[in-house]
Amino acid sequence: MNDNAKTPTGNPGAGGARTKGDVLLEVRGLKIDGESDEIWRPIVKGVDLSLKRGEVLGVIGESGAGKSTIGLAAMGYARPGCRISGGSVVFDGLDLVSASDEQRRKLRGSRIAYVAQSAAASFNPAHQLMPQTIEAELREGLRTKAEAEKDAVELYRRLRLPNPEEIGFRYPHQVSGGQLQRAMTAMAMTCRPDLIIFDEPTTALDVTTQVEVLAAIRDIVEQFHTAAIYITHDLAVVAQMADRIMVLRHGLEVEEAPTREMLSNPKQDYTKSLWSVRKLGKEEQPGGDAILQVKNVTAAYGNAVKVLNDVTVTVPRGRTVAVVGESGSGKSTLARVITGLLPPIAGEIVFDGKVLPRALKDRNPDILRRIQMIYQMPDTALNPRQTVYEVIGRPLEFYLGLTGAKKEARILELLKLIEMDEGHLDRLPGELSGGQKQRICIARALAAEPELIICDEVTSALDQIVQEEILKLLLRLQRELNVSYLFITHDIATVRAISDEIVVMFQGQVVQQGSKTRVLSPPYPPYTELLLSSVPEMDPDWLSNLLAKRKVQPAAMPSQDR
Amino acid sequence: MTDSAHIPPQSSLVAAQAPSRRRSKASRLWRDLRKAPASAWFGLIVIAVYVFTSIFAPLLAPYSETELVGGAFDPWGGQFLLGTDQLGRDMLSRLIYGARNTVGIAFFTTMLSFVLGGALGLMAAISGGWIDQMLSRTVDVLMSIPQLIFALVLLSILGPSVLNLIVIMAVLDATRVFRLSRSVAQGVVVMDYVEAARLRGEKLPWIMRREILPNIMPPLVAEFGLRFCFVFLTISALSFLGLGIQPPTADWGSMVRDNAALITYGDITPLLPAGAIALLTVSVNFVVDWFLHKTSGLRE
Repeated sequence: MNDNAKTPTGNPGAGGARTKGDVLLEVRGLKIDGESDEIWRPIVKGVDLSLKRGEVLGVIGESGAGKSTIGLAAMGYARPGCRISGGSVVFDGLDLVSASDEQRRKLRGSRIAYVAQSAAASFNPAHQLMPQTIEAELREGLRTKAEAEKDAVELYRRLRLPNPEEIGFRYPHQVSGGQLQRAMTAMAMTCRPDLIIFDEPTTALDVTTQVEVLAAIRDIVEQFHTAAIYITHDLAVVAQMADRIMVLRHGLEVEEAPTREMLSNPKQDYTKSLWSVRKLGKEEQPGGDAILQVKNVTAAYGNAVKVLNDVTVTVPRGRTVAVVGESGSGKSTLARVITGLLPPIAGEIVFDGKVLPRALKDRNPDILRRIQMIYQMPDTALNPRQTVYEVIGRPLEFYLGLTGAKKEARILELLKLIEMDEGHLDRLPGELSGGQKQRICIARALAAEPELIICDEVTSALDQIVQEEILKLLLRLQRELNVSYLFITHDIATVRAISDEIVVMFQGQVVQQGSKTRVLSPPYPPYTELLLSSVPEMDPDWLSNLLAKRKVQPAAMPSQDR
Repeated sequence: MTDSAHIPPQSSLVAAQAPSRRRSKASRLWRDLRKAPASAWFGLIVIAVYVFTSIFAPLLAPYSETELVGGAFDPWGGQFLLGTDQLGRDMLSRLIYGARNTVGIAFFTTMLSFVLGGALGLMAAISGGWIDQMLSRTVDVLMSIPQLIFALVLLSILGPSVLNLIVIMAVLDATRVFRLSRSVAQGVVVMDYVEAARLRGEKLPWIMRREILPNIMPPLVAEFGLRFCFVFLTISALSFLGLGIQPPTADWGSMVRDNAALITYGDITPLLPAGAIALLTVSVNFVVDWFLHKTSGLRE
């Protein structure tokens, strides 16, 4: 085997010996096609990028821009249904596009590593973390098992995982999502690769957890002078991580520049529009009479731990109340209690002056009609086998008894309201974009002519530009239809954009409640402070400053690892 | 790939962006069929021939299925294309009628077992709680008894009429369908769109039929093909044992048994009904394989 002659420059443990500065990865004119219905269409249409040793390149863009596809192509890999149709990917002198499978396999895991978006879906649930962490090393015969395990513990420690000696012997379901994501980074690091590709590693995490993972990744990349491609759609995150940023759209490069230059002076209109998203805001309006009152509600799953403890929340008519908190704080459970899916143990829910029956089955269709819900993941909230016509038509038929031409006319009206047209009537959800799907979910809720809509993280699965569009749509609908929103989210930017009042929740209790200006201005209770300070800002020094500040006063932080 | 080469790539791009695009189910089916591999086509054609034969059996068969028209064990050729059986009935006619009896009974049995097992399985998955427990444990008990022996016992108690045969086989087979449909439906029940339907106030039948069933059809259809083969084989086995379809009704299983002695003399006539069973089983499996491949998402 000739390729063995190319001995890895970065031997394990000799990370410090690498030189920063020479070109490691050179991608030229990369073209990738994707297949659907037996027809190949271009996904990536000729992208160039080059990466020096020890450099972090941020790749951002909306979904469908080809970010992940490029990330995988940097390893010489194309997903099933995709093929690299042109260009070259030269990694340390070897063109991965023309290399043999054997040559590529030798590089992957040992010299190029990959950290996927969802660690929970990427770990094998049947094995402990340790054997999975050191698998690549053992396969390549780089180290003995004992040495590899010792090194893995060291990596766990550097990534600030709790109990680094023992955590390797837990199974994936026994650790939290943030810990798992860090374990996956440790896995990528074991062979001290020259290049790591991070594909949205923190997108699935809470803001408070995200900070820790980001800090850990940044530290370890710096310590070992590893080059990285960091793929994300979150600008603020990429600003913390990357030396250079590349903006992609429709499989083409829009703009590339060093981070600070890109942030302060974007040149292309598209880049500017990305930057402007976070400036959306709403004038706060004082509340009128209450449409919904949740009074001293306590709820639990089974007879176990209380998920909600004495929660009181009021939603004024025609206003938006944002419920914020990290996952596990009971936000979504609150929604389940209000909708009747989870009858509360104690307390009552008053809707429009009347006490609601606790359980869903005791509520009459008219009450069900007046409270509608929009979900986080439009993919799972829409039946993949029902067309847009069926999805929107059903509540019209079910609640309002509309049929035939009347129903169709109303569906078209609703589509117009959500800025879509009759061309979408026969589409299945799989044929719509993420933003369009969420619009259909909104139309389904509106079809029932509700007075209160519960929005459960409705924008967190969407790109920033689409997020902005959806938020604008929701605001417009509120103005036009005077509908009230209970808006559950963990994203403070979204809260700023949409809410009139804010409820901060932590571990099943309401920490703070009040008008937007009051909650978002100091003095903050400790948890609100933590939550607000964890939201990434566009300033590239934000993470460094935050960590420096937190190290001074670590006692102010409630425990993250549940 | 070659068969799509004549379609200019732009045409479908344009179609995807055109404002109004209405596609019928038939056109989608036709598109899928065009891409089907040769084995699937073979399977489909064979199944079509079987269905045709069983529907038009009286028109196709030269003689009646029960009438004694010649001597016992007449050789092939001449008046009787495939010879006669041990009583002097025309073999070809009995093969043709056998398609109607054996395939027909197997089809109705499988249908019944899917309606029964599928409905109960969906109900168990959606309702959960004690309904699920009760149904699942009952099914466990039924499954703990070997199927063929259980069928034999029930048939000897109730008598081997065609109706009894269908109902007994259907109930015993429904246990397996129940398990499959329950487990695949459990993956769908937790989806937000099912919760959304519940919040809307939809009743159980609507959720079963409109929200869940369309999403679990692929594994169920695949299972239908396999179950059909098994039922078919079990019925043939029961007939061979004398408790299935009763003489003089023509049935491939008993035809093998009745003429088995001929094999000793190097005559392949008894293998014809066996071959008919084998050919149909293989064909159904070809079609099922294609269907599984198409819906498994292996190609993303």
